[in-house]
Amino acid sequence: MATIHDIAMKQEEHDQGGSVPAVAVRNVEKAFGPHQVLNGISLEVNRGETLAVLGRSGTGKSVLLRLIIGLDKPDSGSVCIYGQDIAGLTLDQIGAIRMKMGFLFQHAALYDSLTVAENVAFPLQHHRREMSRSERSDRVTQLLAEVGMDGSLDKMPSDISGGMQKRVGLARALALEPDILLLDEPTAGLDPISSGEINDLILQLQREHHMASIVVTHDLHSARTIASHIALLNEENVVIEGSYEDLQHSEIAFVKEFLKQS
Amino acid sequence: MTERQVTAAAGSLQPGRDAVLMSSAYHSAADMIAGPFEWFGNLGIFFWQVIKAAVTPPYEWRELVRQLDEVGSKSLPLVALAGAAIGVVISLEARYSLSRFGAKSLFPATLVYTVIQVMGPIITGLVVSGRVGAGMGAELASMKVTEQIDAIEASAINPYRLLAATRILACILMLPLLTLAADACGLLTGWFAQALVEPLSFHQFIEAGFKGATFNAFLPPTFKTTVYGLIIGLIACFQGMRTRGGAEGVGRAATNSVVLASLFLILADVVLVKFILVVFP
Repeated sequence: MATIHDIAMKQEEHDQGGSVPAVAVRNVEKAFGPHQVLNGISLEVNRGETLAVLGRSGTGKSVLLRLIIGLDKPDSGSVCIYGQDIAGLTLDQIGAIRMKMGFLFQHAALYDSLTVAENVAFPLQHHRREMSRSERSDRVTQLLAEVGMDGSLDKMPSDISGGMQKRVGLARALALEPDILLLDEPTAGLDPISSGEINDLILQLQREHHMASIVVTHDLHSARTIASHIALLNEENVVIEGSYEDLQHSEIAFVKEFLKQS
Repeated sequence: MTERQVTAAAGSLQPGRDAVLMSSAYHSAADMIAGPFEWFGNLGIFFWQVIKAAVTPPYEWRELVRQLDEVGSKSLPLVALAGAAIGVVISLEARYSLSRFGAKSLFPATLVYTVIQVMGPIITGLVVSGRVGAGMGAELASMKVTEQIDAIEASAINPYRLLAATRILACILMLPLLTLAADACGLLTGWFAQALVEPLSFHQFIEAGFKGATFNAFLPPTFKTTVYGLIIGLIACFQGMRTRGGAEGVGRAATNSVVLASLFLILADVVLVKFILVVFP
């Protein structure tokens, strides 16, 4: 079973030009009761790439992210992180893999009994126990400064807006310096200026950390800005995957309608 | 269509509709019968996950200490008050009953044995079940519906270890201590209520009450509350961490935590009392 050493070896192989994708979803199916959400989806993302997953509401975009982070298990198919299928792993085994992944939830999912600073420090307290209190505090301040929230360290999540909560959630997702970043609607509910700032931040993080990122969004402009390639979901599967130009030149009726309405 | 054709068509539909109704009734009955078994099965799986998480490092000592304070220190005033009230009630009832049978001299022993062996543990369990069970169930349910538990899991932290094991262990450790507090308050106020009517020094009361007593008489009833703690913590965490349905789900989790914990606590008491009488005669 995978250990963090195995994952690190696979990452090194990947960094040296190896062929193992950071995230590989193969023929995944997922249903909730009689409702089929995903039906044979396949996707790949390598380090340094950003995949934007677009689609109408209810097409399983968030479910796809939950399958990749292992919060849900697929009914069939495989979800591989650096070649390791995570479906059969125990909670502690998959924890070793999650250490290299960051997840931004759609509604931030901040811990409402902790301050903004404590929220960002939470993963560090559990996984970087060798850090001193001052080192941890500096790291938290640095992360919050990156997302423009360094003036709100002592505030509670209920005291800040939804957009600010998302920024804090992003800072928390970056706390362990992940190689894979999963973002669920990072700009949903934000004004255009804030959305642009989040997009710029994601691009900057890409340049600096060379992460593999999967961004679920219905914001086509955001997808165009940050993604190296786009996957459009409809009726339980991927309708088209490619660059924005590929989508523009597609003759598929749904793709044309989606671009027209965006 | 003619009237005859419509009637014939409706008649031909009748068997199909009856089949649907029967199938629906069958499934409802099957769900009612299977439901409790499914609940206990899921509880067993949850308990096993918690045990596995609790015995493997890294241990969540900081969270355990926080929960010991939450369960123990913050329940102490309420438990002490409940114990004190029960002491007075038993004192009043015992004096009246014993006087009728000319056995007033047995009052100290009656009060001591009743409080320590019976009322202290069960009252403590029910009070803590209400306060802690509802609070834990609601807190964890709220975390579940706002994806905070998913966020903990996504941060590579085992939620069974951080949230459930710490709370259950805190309940197990704190219930005996809270029971002792309730017993002490019950004996104190019980003596005081009696002393207001008939002069009786506290020293005389204690000497008479514990005359001939052994550890077997008092320790097992106190330590059986560790089982109460397990029941309260396990059911509250189970109900909270599998909540669905937003605010309504949170309310349901809180209510179910209290109701089910109290019910199982009382049923467990029946078994535990018999066990103690057999093992510690």
